[in-house]
Amino acid sequence: MKIKNTILFSLIATFFLIFLVSIWKVLATLQGLTIKTFNIEIIFIIGFLISLFHLIFNDKIKPIYKSIIFSSLFVIFDGYLIQKLPVWYNVGTFLIIYFFVSKINKYNFTNLKEEHSTQVILFDFLTLFGILFFSFVILFPFYMMLVTSFKTQIALLVNPLDFSINFAQGLKELFNSYFVIFKSYNFGKYIITSTIVSVGTVIITLLFAIPAAYAVARLNFFGKTFLSTSILIIYMFPAIVLVIPLYTIFSQLGLRNSIEGLLIVYTATTLPVAIYMLQGYFKSIPKELEEAAILDRLSWFGIITKIIIPLSIPAISSVALYVFMIAWNEFLFSLMFLDNPNSFTLSRAIQYLSGDAETPRQYLMAGSVIVTLPVLFIFVYFEKYLVSGLTAGSVKG
Amino acid sequence: MNDTLANTEKKTAYILTLPAVLLVFAIILFPIFANVWISFKEVELKDIRIPEPRAKKIVKSISEETSKIKILYKLRNSSLIQEIRDVSFQDNFPKNFEIVNLDPRCDYKNYNLKCEFGNWPAKYRENFQVIFETNDGSKIDKKKLKSIKPKLDGKSDNILLNTNFTLKNFKKVLFDNEFIDLLLTTFYYTFFGTVGSIIFGILTAQMVNQKFYGRTFMRSVLLFPYVAPVVALAYTWELLLDPNSGTLNSLLINYQIIETPINLLGQKYIEISVLGFDFKLRLALTTVIMFEIWRYFPLAFLFILARLQAIPKELYEAADVDGASPFQKFFKITLPQITAVISILFMIRFIWNFNKFEDVFLLTGGASGTRTLPINVYQQGFAISDIGMGSAVSIVIVVLLLMFMFFYFKLLGKRVDEN
Repeated sequence: MKIKNTILFSLIATFFLIFLVSIWKVLATLQGLTIKTFNIEIIFIIGFLISLFHLIFNDKIKPIYKSIIFSSLFVIFDGYLIQKLPVWYNVGTFLIIYFFVSKINKYNFTNLKEEHSTQVILFDFLTLFGILFFSFVILFPFYMMLVTSFKTQIALLVNPLDFSINFAQGLKELFNSYFVIFKSYNFGKYIITSTIVSVGTVIITLLFAIPAAYAVARLNFFGKTFLSTSILIIYMFPAIVLVIPLYTIFSQLGLRNSIEGLLIVYTATTLPVAIYMLQGYFKSIPKELEEAAILDRLSWFGIITKIIIPLSIPAISSVALYVFMIAWNEFLFSLMFLDNPNSFTLSRAIQYLSGDAETPRQYLMAGSVIVTLPVLFIFVYFEKYLVSGLTAGSVKG
Repeated sequence: MNDTLANTEKKTAYILTLPAVLLVFAIILFPIFANVWISFKEVELKDIRIPEPRAKKIVKSISEETSKIKILYKLRNSSLIQEIRDVSFQDNFPKNFEIVNLDPRCDYKNYNLKCEFGNWPAKYRENFQVIFETNDGSKIDKKKLKSIKPKLDGKSDNILLNTNFTLKNFKKVLFDNEFIDLLLTTFYYTFFGTVGSIIFGILTAQMVNQKFYGRTFMRSVLLFPYVAPVVALAYTWELLLDPNSGTLNSLLINYQIIETPINLLGQKYIEISVLGFDFKLRLALTTVIMFEIWRYFPLAFLFILARLQAIPKELYEAADVDGASPFQKFFKITLPQITAVISILFMIRFIWNFNKFEDVFLLTGGASGTRTLPINVYQQGFAISDIGMGSAVSIVIVVLLLMFMFFYFKLLGKRVDEN
């Protein structure tokens, strides 16, 4: 039992170490180092030995010395004896092994004897693995988008693996792609169009949704249940089945290539979510406040503007942000309705840019960074509001 | 008294909801019904422009007679399929112009030529010619003559409003359109995309539900793919996977894992042999599904995390007392607690993936075996410009969706009954 657990522990820890070092090697390769192999066999042997020796020497050496000794040994083997690599790479490796040893520090022969110890270890390492793996998988494309926008055409073709940012070339050269897309590709105009469309959609949606949500939340009328269930069903209906009829109708009415047309469609498609999210919040406002207002002879307009809106600022802002993001990111309708470059939104403009095979990719990525940044900024800054809005439906079910 | 109060309440409610209801009706419900109508018609993209009578004015001088001029109007019906009724024509001329030969359909008064051309069938063309003479023998300014534009008017039916129906579109959709292949591709894309995003959602939610340093940061990072614009993400992936100078292929070649680059988005099949069995994997479709999972697992993560945080701690404490292993705790406590959320998620994501257009369109445009039903709507309607066919495919989507919703609610109802 003891031997089996020891070996299992060492194996799991070693695989984790292999993963850590491999990710580091990939990152180092992308900074322009020439690393041709992962040396998995060697990392495996060293990692296995480190885990084993850690268990054996557990209490005999102070943890900090142990970490330093193990890390130095690994660096000497991997970084100097096998592949001669620069100092910054080895410092990174050193820190990684240091991190790894401090992670396995809490395991010793005593807790390996406990029940389910291998499962606990597996769970712990899987969690760590997951955190690193998902961070890498998610952040890497964003990082790539950013770095590519700072590159020149030649640099991209010469070494597609070089993902370092060359700050030495000066700010003007660094942001060259951004200057170009603003100057030659009119991106300033597209930003303005996108902003007008998104902010406009937010305002109109709120104007329509707040009264409707109030009625659904508070008033009794014939068809109320029907309305509140159909809101959700309509939300399920896909944009792609609306496209052809809307295209034909908008063509005949001359609404294509116009901001008004987009505003109408965006408002209609975001209204169901907005009403659904708002009415849930309105229901949680105590009724007594409105009863007092009715005694004061306030009309429904007064109730909404003087009581409901001030009390539900958090919910309204969460809906506003959510709708803004939907409108800003929207692509399908802008693809269908806009074919004149004068009325493009950002998303449509980037797609149009990519349609020309001659367009250098750093321009495409600069455009992508411009369209992504506002959304990510809003999301990170107002995350609390947005997440509560996104999960409004889930906590109940 | 009470009755009137209830009445006022009702009235207020209708006033408050009416704008929203009308807008949603006009933009969402009406088009769905309009789809049914259009899908039974033979309509092409060019037909949705209302037919109009057109005239191209050509001014020709007549040799040796400077005071005479010939004007040729190339008349035509802009529609290839519809007639225009009661076409009327008007054109103005300078004050010294006299007409030489008057067409019986026309009338020349006050230097204004008025004609009634009657009905023009579809594709109608006519070269209509008039000769003028100046009454004072002065020279004719051709440019000025050309700048005056004739006015034409006529009545026509809107092709969308007439009552000629045909079943041709549906016949084509169901029998000529590689329908089975289309359905299968859509199903693979939807099903594996949904299941994958839910599995990743469970894993990440379970992960973030534990305490570690930087947990809040991790939670926002996990949502990045879901909130960022699809256009930016799709093109970034395209660059990443590009066979010629993409990062992924360069990395794999650099580490000698592969020898020649793989065109992950442009290759339909790849041969894989596992344990001596050779089978073909649909490569481009798999890549597109990966993108789908990558982009949408955050939603599953968010829903499942919210549910995980609501599970009472006592359950896990009791399990610890009983000596349950981590896997037992996961399968016996966590999983049953999140099945309800998972089934809701499955439905929502299945429906949304089923209708997903942008992701596939931006990555492959529907090429190399990634043509799903929504892509087909676009291809039929806008690439082949057959609006009727596009609508018919839309109807197929709606019907399948309704069927899916129906079965799902039935199954859900059954399960609730059993419990």
